[in-house]
Amino acid sequence: MSELAGTIPGKGGFSFDLCKRNDMLASKGLKPPSFLKTGTTIVGLIFQDGVILGADTRATEGPIVADKNCEKIHYMAPNIYCCGAGTAADTEAVTDMVSSQLKLHRYHTGRESRVVTALTLLKSHLFSYQGHVSAALVLGGVDVTGPHLHTIYPHGSTDTLPFATMGSGSLAAMAIFESKYCEGLTRDEGVKLVAEAICSGIFNDLGSGSNVDICVITKGKQEYLRNYLLPNPRTYVSEKGYTFSKKTEVLFTKITPLRELVEVIEVGDAMEE
Amino acid sequence: MTKQQANWSPYDNNGGTVVAIAGADYCVIASDTRMSTGYSILTRDYSKIIQLADKSVMASSGFQADVRALQKVLEARHLIYQHQHNKQMSCPAMAQLLSNTLYFKRFFPYYAFNVLGGLDSEGKGCVFTYDAVGSYERVGYSSQGSGSTLITPFLDNQLKSPSPLLLPAKDAVTPLSESEAIELVKTCFVSATERDIYTGDKLEIVILNASGIRRDYMELRKD
Repeated sequence: MSELAGTIPGKGGFSFDLCKRNDMLASKGLKPPSFLKTGTTIVGLIFQDGVILGADTRATEGPIVADKNCEKIHYMAPNIYCCGAGTAADTEAVTDMVSSQLKLHRYHTGRESRVVTALTLLKSHLFSYQGHVSAALVLGGVDVTGPHLHTIYPHGSTDTLPFATMGSGSLAAMAIFESKYCEGLTRDEGVKLVAEAICSGIFNDLGSGSNVDICVITKGKQEYLRNYLLPNPRTYVSEKGYTFSKKTEVLFTKITPLRELVEVIEVGDAMEE
Repeated sequence: MTKQQANWSPYDNNGGTVVAIAGADYCVIASDTRMSTGYSILTRDYSKIIQLADKSVMASSGFQADVRALQKVLEARHLIYQHQHNKQMSCPAMAQLLSNTLYFKRFFPYYAFNVLGGLDSEGKGCVFTYDAVGSYERVGYSSQGSGSTLITPFLDNQLKSPSPLLLPAKDAVTPLSESEAIELVKTCFVSATERDIYTGDKLEIVILNASGIRRDYMELRKD
């Protein structure tokens, strides 16, 4: 009567068929597989000429660092960039998707994209997935209406702020912003403050680490400063190095040639023509 | 009616990694000095290594409150031994004591992952490795803690024979010189620090040999 488990999944979207079985397994003590999360410290602030975004570069899988130098500042439009925290696959997918939608919209309207457009596309997507798409974003850009900075939460709510932080290192970074932010910062002051906030996350939060990426967006120009700071070099390199000569050893070798079994049955007429 | 689960745990994990390597006439015991809880750092400068006797040094990762309690019990027991026998405990004797102390709390264990290093009565290096309830074994090298899964395969590759079938199993002492062992330990920790978020800040190395005991420090990544 019932079909085999694991038959064709539904067309697109999430399938919640296995939820009951997952709950049953969890109650028996089975831990679900972990996702690659970005741990993360991401920040944004508005300065006198535009927006500066910052991010660390560590991606974690539980207690292990999966990527020491990943890119968390994603391109949305020439004048709009988005930092992502949460599940790495979700932040990548959602920013790529909205970036494509914005491009099509630019072709359709013949105008530069606006930050609020990206904001609405992202928030409605996240809301429709009821928080299952685990992406927490800091969206910033400069358009005809001026500089904008927004935070977007996995369930789809948004805030519009002069300075913002997200991710596991957000408290460490926000401590810096709250102490030192003021309106009308110059570019150099802004970059310095963002770098300081990300460093605070890198050194005080175990989910964040490695390097600082910064993106400065102003009217008509953007500068993506990949690896702006590298405050964590390897502290010791062995001079002589190590050899790895021990391969899997051969205990003994046995060669069994394949024998061809050909039976020739002389029955019936020989083939004609 | 399903059993009510406790929503409070008496244990916490303060992270960290410990390593010990035994040589022909020395023993190297090392640990990082980071103490953390959850995603936060409590301190960058906490020693997980303690000298229990003349020739016995213990390094423990896990729940540091339980580690400290365990250290105090062992120190007290060693003092009593000295009063009763008028001599210091040998390393193998301390190893047995540690095992018994851990098993004593079999049903409410010390959340401590220990490695005991030192010199045996013949002056050869010895390393004993433990689980949380006292099962122990004398080995040539060992690693415990959050970075142990990263370090142990590397030490196996460098120090162990590839298969017990091919070569006779090496005896419980590695063929390295003291300086080679220290180099190896530094490389282990620097590599573990790159990939384990709970390991880092500073490396403390304790070297025990015939001339006594000395400590070495090295900076590690602080992120």
